[in-house]
Amino acid sequence: MRLSATDLACRRGGREVFANISFSVAAGESLTIRGRNGAGKSSLLRMIVGLVRIAGGQLSLQGGDPELSVGEQAHYLGHLDALKPSLSVEENLRFWSAFLGAAAVDLSEPLRTVGLEALADLPAAYLSAGQRRRLSIARLLAVKRPLWLLDEPTSTLDAAAQARLGEIMRAHLADGGIILAATHGPLQLEGARELDLDGVSAPRHPAEVSA
Amino acid sequence: MTPLAAILVRDMRIAVRVGGGALIGVLFFLVVVTLVPFALGPDLALLKRIGPAILWLAALLASLLALDRLFAADHDDGSLDLVLTGRAPMELVVAAKGLAHWLTTGLPLVIAAPLIGLFLNLDAPAAAALVLTLLVGTPALTFIGLIGAAIAVTLRRGGLLLAVLVLPLTVPVLIFGVAAANAAVTGPVPFGTPFTILCALTLASLVVGPFAAAAALRQEME
Repeated sequence: MRLSATDLACRRGGREVFANISFSVAAGESLTIRGRNGAGKSSLLRMIVGLVRIAGGQLSLQGGDPELSVGEQAHYLGHLDALKPSLSVEENLRFWSAFLGAAAVDLSEPLRTVGLEALADLPAAYLSAGQRRRLSIARLLAVKRPLWLLDEPTSTLDAAAQARLGEIMRAHLADGGIILAATHGPLQLEGARELDLDGVSAPRHPAEVSA
Repeated sequence: MTPLAAILVRDMRIAVRVGGGALIGVLFFLVVVTLVPFALGPDLALLKRIGPAILWLAALLASLLALDRLFAADHDDGSLDLVLTGRAPMELVVAAKGLAHWLTTGLPLVIAAPLIGLFLNLDAPAAAALVLTLLVGTPALTFIGLIGAAIAVTLRRGGLLLAVLVLPLTVPVLIFGVAAANAAVTGPVPFGTPFTILCALTLASLVVGPFAAAAALRQEME
């Protein structure tokens, strides 16, 4: 399996965010996306999911299911945690695993991996920001999908949880998965390649920047 | 559980929990209908004559009440993004959410209507006709409302825009709903004629609503 992009371009609100982005990530590999604020890290991930229109270039997932779009084979971990405060931890996870297409799975295993098994019956409203993030990460474990698109995955996580996330990501890569992560901080992934959006962004006209 | 059943169960669960909108609609319905006799005075003949129209108007307003958060809540917490990575077609997801909304806000109105009709001097045959028209007509209100809820999803004051957009579209449903309920009581038109048109309006909105709302949501995603 291989995710490849050639000359991707992104336009938001009539303004060019980036252009000529090319990369190729094979199964078992990860790519860290770096760049200053507004460089288009989140937009690139959302573009791969299918939430932002591709303004130019091509994106393909070779070796995937041809019946499904790239987004339908991907897990997207965005800034928002997609949790309902009135549902319990377990109900939130059960909903997403049912909706994203897992046949009846044992949810205690993913909850134990992220360290939330003791809070399974607690309404999500009472979770801290880091616990909410861990519950979102449990979703990636409950439903098997080859491509993980992680937007600032370590934000709000403490050191122990970051180390745990590192283990989870290495296990996913060892399993033949692909990870794309947009981050400012260090990710605990050995041999991760980097894509720097600052270097490849098209030069912008001064008038466009001020507007 | 299939993805669509999961959506249905989750939305109904949220609606009946703390902060959900399930009972708000019925309470609003009750309050509006209760105010009418106070405003008009205890003229039983008048109340009986305008009763079905009042109940239909109150049901229309009550079923729009909780609709503005239907997609906006999912948009604000990021659920809508993830729904797009699911394998269920957006149109069916929208229809499942509409069905959950109707079961938790529309159906309670139908059940409460004969009881609340007592305030307006509705007798048994009139109440039965009213319940039947509401049962058939309120799904149309919800599914037309889906379109407005989807368009207003990214707007802060979406509720107002929703009412302005949706209320004109519900006029045909209101006309034939009230006409059928009145026909059963006073005539001269037979009950079947407006009632059949009401059924047709509902069937059409069940099809058009989800497609239009899904198209609006896709557009807003950009």
